[in-house]
Amino acid sequence: MQNSASTLLSVHDLDKTFAVPVLKQLNFELKRGEIHALMGSNGAGKSTLCNIIAGVHQATAGSMQFLGNDYRPENVNAAETSGVRMVMQELNLFPTLSIAENLCFKHLGNKFGVIDKQRLNQKAEALLTLVGLDDLSPDTPMAELGVGKQQLIEIASVISEPTQLLIVDEPTAALTDPQIDLLFNELNRLKESGVGIIYISHRMDEIQRIADRVSILRDGQLVATENIADIDVDTIVNLMAGSVDESAKTITKNNNTGTHPVAFTVNQFTRAPAFNDISFDVKSGEVLGIGGLIGSGRTELLRAMFGADVASSGFLSFANDNFQQKVTPKTPIDGIKAGIGLVVEDRKSQGLLLQGSLLSNISLSILPKLTRFFGVTNNSQEHELAMDIAKRLAIKYDDIYAPISQLSGGNQQKALIARWLLKDLPILLFDEPSRGVDARAKALIHDLIREQAALGKAVVVVSSETQELMTVSDRILVLSNGRLAGEFDPETLTEEQLLEASFRYYSASNQ
Amino acid sequence: MSKKINLPWNSLGLIGVLIVLVLFFSLMSDYFFSTVTFRTLVNQIPALTVIAVGMTYVLLVAGIDLSVGSVMALSAAVVGVLIVDFNLPVVIAIVAGLFVGLSFGVASGFVSAHWKIPSFVVTLGVLEIARGGAYLVTSSETKYIGDPIAFIGSPVPGIGVSAALIMAVAVVIFAQWLLSKTVFGRYMIAIGTNEEAVRLAGINPVKWKVAVFAIAGLLAGLGGVFQLGYLQSADPNAGIGLELSAIAAVVIGGTSLSGGRGSVVNSFFGVLIIAVMQTGLAQLGVSESSKRIITGLVIIAAVLFDQYREPLAKKLNRIA
Repeated sequence: MQNSASTLLSVHDLDKTFAVPVLKQLNFELKRGEIHALMGSNGAGKSTLCNIIAGVHQATAGSMQFLGNDYRPENVNAAETSGVRMVMQELNLFPTLSIAENLCFKHLGNKFGVIDKQRLNQKAEALLTLVGLDDLSPDTPMAELGVGKQQLIEIASVISEPTQLLIVDEPTAALTDPQIDLLFNELNRLKESGVGIIYISHRMDEIQRIADRVSILRDGQLVATENIADIDVDTIVNLMAGSVDESAKTITKNNNTGTHPVAFTVNQFTRAPAFNDISFDVKSGEVLGIGGLIGSGRTELLRAMFGADVASSGFLSFANDNFQQKVTPKTPIDGIKAGIGLVVEDRKSQGLLLQGSLLSNISLSILPKLTRFFGVTNNSQEHELAMDIAKRLAIKYDDIYAPISQLSGGNQQKALIARWLLKDLPILLFDEPSRGVDARAKALIHDLIREQAALGKAVVVVSSETQELMTVSDRILVLSNGRLAGEFDPETLTEEQLLEASFRYYSASNQ
Repeated sequence: MSKKINLPWNSLGLIGVLIVLVLFFSLMSDYFFSTVTFRTLVNQIPALTVIAVGMTYVLLVAGIDLSVGSVMALSAAVVGVLIVDFNLPVVIAIVAGLFVGLSFGVASGFVSAHWKIPSFVVTLGVLEIARGGAYLVTSSETKYIGDPIAFIGSPVPGIGVSAALIMAVAVVIFAQWLLSKTVFGRYMIAIGTNEEAVRLAGINPVKWKVAVFAIAGLLAGLGGVFQLGYLQSADPNAGIGLELSAIAAVVIGGTSLSGGRGSVVNSFFGVLIIAVMQTGLAQLGVSESSKRIITGLVIIAAVLFDQYREPLAKKLNRIA
C-alpha cells in the first residue's frame, strides 16, 4: 500500500492471535479528513483492529504508520499522546461525579491539585454545547442522565482532547434521532478539520449517510475498501459473507426433525429493550440454532427462558402438560423445574467456581442427590460420577481436586457442560458453547450437543459463529435488534441470507 | 503412578506457631508451663471459640457479622433475667437465650441476603440494637446469678476442664464436619467463591446465607451462656469488641475475608493462639497497652502470611 500525503494511518500485514488467530495479515488505510466505516460480521476482527490502533492490545506481527512515522502504541496513554482516541462501547464515566468533573477528569486541578470549579464549569459548558446538551447544568451528577446523554458526554470528553484519529464503536445504539443528528454534525465538523474517523456500526443506513469510505473485514482480513457511493448494501453483505465450509454440514444430524414432537414453545417473550415479542417452538431431538449480531438480544433471551433474568411479558409452555400451563421462570430454580438447563456465555464470572476443584464444579448442581443421609455427601459416589463424566467428555486434568482455574478454556467449558449433563434435563440451552476453546475441544463440544439431541432432548444453541450454527443446528433462527428476523434451514442457508437477516432491523426504515 | 498427598500445611503451621509460643512463654516465665495456667487458659475460651466458629461460616460465604458480641450479651442478659427475676428453670432460661441469639441471626441474614444489603452494615445496626436490648432487659445492671448457672463454667470432676469447654470443642468438631462432609458445607464454600454461579446452577443462595447467619446468631447465644457460666452473672457490657477478637482468630486461622476458603478447626487454633499470647504476655508482666499492640501486629502478620500462603504450600508439597 502506497502512502500518500493524505494518508493518516496505514496498517500493514497486521497479525493478532489470542487463543486463535483473529487478525491475519490485515492491511488498512485511513485518510485525513475522512469518515471510514468498518464493517464485518461477528468476529471479523473490527474491534481487535481498533483496539490495536488505540493501544489497548498489541499486534503479534505487522506494522503501522501514523502520519508517516512508525506507530506502535504500548498502551492507551501512548496512543492518546499521539492523538489517537477511541470512544469505548462501554462507558468510562464516573456516575457519582458531575458532568463537569467527568468532562475534565484528566485535568481536574491546577498544579497544586486544587479544583477551580468555575473554570471546570466553563470548559464543560463549551463541550456540552458542542454535543447539543447545552440545556444541562455542568453540576448535574452523571448518574442522573440516561444512557444516550451519557454516551454523548463520553464522546465530548474524548474529543475535548487534541485528536487526529478518532475511533467510534457503535455509538448510536442508545441515541435518539436528534442526538444522532448532533453526533453526525460533530463528526462532520471534526472531519472538516482534518481528523480521520473510524466508524464501526451495524447500521447500513447510517453508514451510507455519514461515511466516505467503507472497509469490509472478514476472518481477520481486509476484503475490500470502497467509496461509499460506489457500493450498495447487497454488495457489502456479500463481501462480509465468507465461504462456509460445506463439509461441516455433513455432520450426522437426525433427519426429518420436522416430524419430531414439539417439546416447548416460547410465546411473545419480551424483555425490553433487549428483545421483543419473540415466539418460536423447539422440538424434542433437534438442535435449534440462534444467530444474529452480538448485542441482538440472544443471550438475554436464553437467560429469560432459564429464569436467570425475568421476562417482562410472554410465557413458555411445555409438552408434558399439553401446553396448558403458562410458565414464566422467575429464578433459575423455576427454569430447572420446568426442565431447562443453561450453559452460560461467560463461564468464568457466571458459570464456574474458579478457585473450586474440577470435582466440585462438576457436581455443584446435583449435590443433594449425592448424599447418604441428612445431606451428608457421598464422596466416593461423587468422585466416581465426576471421573466418569470427565472421561466421557475427555476433560484433561492432573488432579480432580485441583482448582479448575488451572485447566484450559476448553476443559473448563466441558466441565460446565458436564455439570448440566449430570442434571439430565430434557431441555438444554447453550450460549456461545465454544467461545475461547481450541479447535479440538470445539469439535468435541459440537458432537456432545448433537448427541444430546440424538438422545431426544430439545437443544437451543446461540452462537456468533456462522460455521458453528451451520454445523450443529437442524434449524436456525436469526435475531436482529431484539426481534426475530427469520427461520432458516442450514442445508440451504447462505451466509448472505444470514447476514441480511442479522442486519435487517438495525435500519431505521425497518424499525 | 504415586498417589499425591496434600498435607494440611495450614493446620500444621498453626500448631507449629502454638508450640513455638508455648515454648517461648515457658522459657520466659517459670509459671507458664503448668496445669493451673493451662486450666485457666482453656476455661476462658469457650465463648470466643463458639463465636469464632459462627464467624468462620459467615466469612466463608463472604459476609461478616459485627453483632456477635452484643448478641452474646443480650442472650446472656435474657437468661440472667429469666432466672433471677422470673425464677424460671435454668434449662428453660438457656433455651430462651439461645432462641434470642438464633432470632437475631435469622433477622440479620434475611435482611442482608434477601434485600442484598452488605452484611457489614446490617450487623453494625444489629450490634447497636442488641446492645441496647441488653441494657434494656437488665436495666443496665449486672445480674448476679451464682450457683444455678455455675455448673457450665466449673471444672468437670476428674477432667479439670469445664463443661463449656467440652461443649465448645464438640461444636468445633461438629461444625468442621458439617463444613467438610455435607451439602450445606459445600454450598457455603461455593457461595463464597461465586454466588452468581451458584444461583445460575439452580441453588438459592439467599436461603443458605440466612442459615449461616442463623447459626452464627445461635452460637453467639451459646457463647452468652458459656460467659454466664464463667462469670456467674449477666453483664450488659459483656462482649464489647468480641466480634473483632473473633474475626482476628478466624483470620489467623487462614479463613479468607473474601469468602470461599476457610476451616473451623484452624479458627479454633486461632483462638488458642490469641489466648496463649494474652495469658503468656500477662504472666511476663507486659502491660495491657503493649499486649494490644503485639496482638495487632500478630493479626497483620497472619494476614500477610495468608496472602503468600498458596505459593508456600505448593512449594512445601513439592518438597514433600
